[in-house]
Amino acid sequence: MKYLYQAGMIVLFTFLGEALAALIPLPIPAAIWGLLLLFLALCLKLIRVEQIRGCSGFLTAMLPVLFVAPTVNLMEQAQALLGSLPAVIAIIAVSTFLTLMVTGRVTQALLDKKKGERDHA
Amino acid sequence: MLDFLASSSFFAIALTLLIWRLANVLQKKTGSMLLHPILVSVAAIILILLASGIPNSAYQQGMKPFSWLMTPATVCLAVPLYEQIRVLKKNLPAILTGVLCGTLASLFCVGGLCLLFGLDRTLSVSLLPKSVTTAIGAPVSEALGGLGAVTVTAIIATGILGNMFCQAACRLFRIHDPIAQGTAIGTSSHVIGTTKANELGAVQGAVSSLSLVIAGVLTAFLMPLMATLF
Repeated sequence: MKYLYQAGMIVLFTFLGEALAALIPLPIPAAIWGLLLLFLALCLKLIRVEQIRGCSGFLTAMLPVLFVAPTVNLMEQAQALLGSLPAVIAIIAVSTFLTLMVTGRVTQALLDKKKGERDHA
Repeated sequence: MLDFLASSSFFAIALTLLIWRLANVLQKKTGSMLLHPILVSVAAIILILLASGIPNSAYQQGMKPFSWLMTPATVCLAVPLYEQIRVLKKNLPAILTGVLCGTLASLFCVGGLCLLFGLDRTLSVSLLPKSVTTAIGAPVSEALGGLGAVTVTAIIATGILGNMFCQAACRLFRIHDPIAQGTAIGTSSHVIGTTKANELGAVQGAVSSLSLVIAGVLTAFLMPLMATLF
């Protein structure tokens, strides 16, 4: 029964996320509203991590396999890609590493600055 | 027989989970990073569908109850976030600035290269949200006239690249701080990269989860503006 209760809590927050997404005319999907609501509820101690941990760990661990079916759809939209395949591959590779570098370097520079200030004080 | 498999309520899910298991065994046995379980599973399922003549629409129909888990699974990323809240709070300005710069870098890099290579609007809009998680990227792309499956494929390819090479890339770009590593991985390669970040450490994993959420929300807001470029 423990897992049923945990699943119920998770489904409840997912539903609340869905409701917010329907009410608020922003391009934010239900999953992100639900995530923010659950995070808020945990921070405000409305629920405890123990009330959902087993089930939530199972769900986050299975995220990768959930990507398989949507990708299989590619077999129907492949012709849109095929003509520009080399360009698309180049764009994906270059932008992924550039994003990683920019994000990492900026964050690290700011953290180092803060550390330096603390050492001086 | 084929009619039965195509209309079965459980065949698609059973097939997917079986192939997923085999793909994981294959990667463990070979130790090859290129044989990522998502890549291998997708290729195997497409081949099976093509060879057997089961239409993709029937497969997707069968997968519906399973794909339905995507939303609650994304919601549950709140748990690792909460468990690292102290690290996050102390370093929030640095993380937020890093994610904002990274998200802008991603959008302008993808947008600029699309213009450079002369890709059409549909394809460009499909590629723009490639660094954020599917739960955000796919609906945003479709709302602006992109192709959902192309977006999902670009998102997966990005995630797998990040998952495979983020450790080497962090070393190459001299990103040593665990917080900076997590921010970089989550912003550039969303949930699939975050799987790797979790292996690197609890701090990397939590910061990566936080970063992918912020990057996703920022991208959802910036996408309509970016799409006007095309």
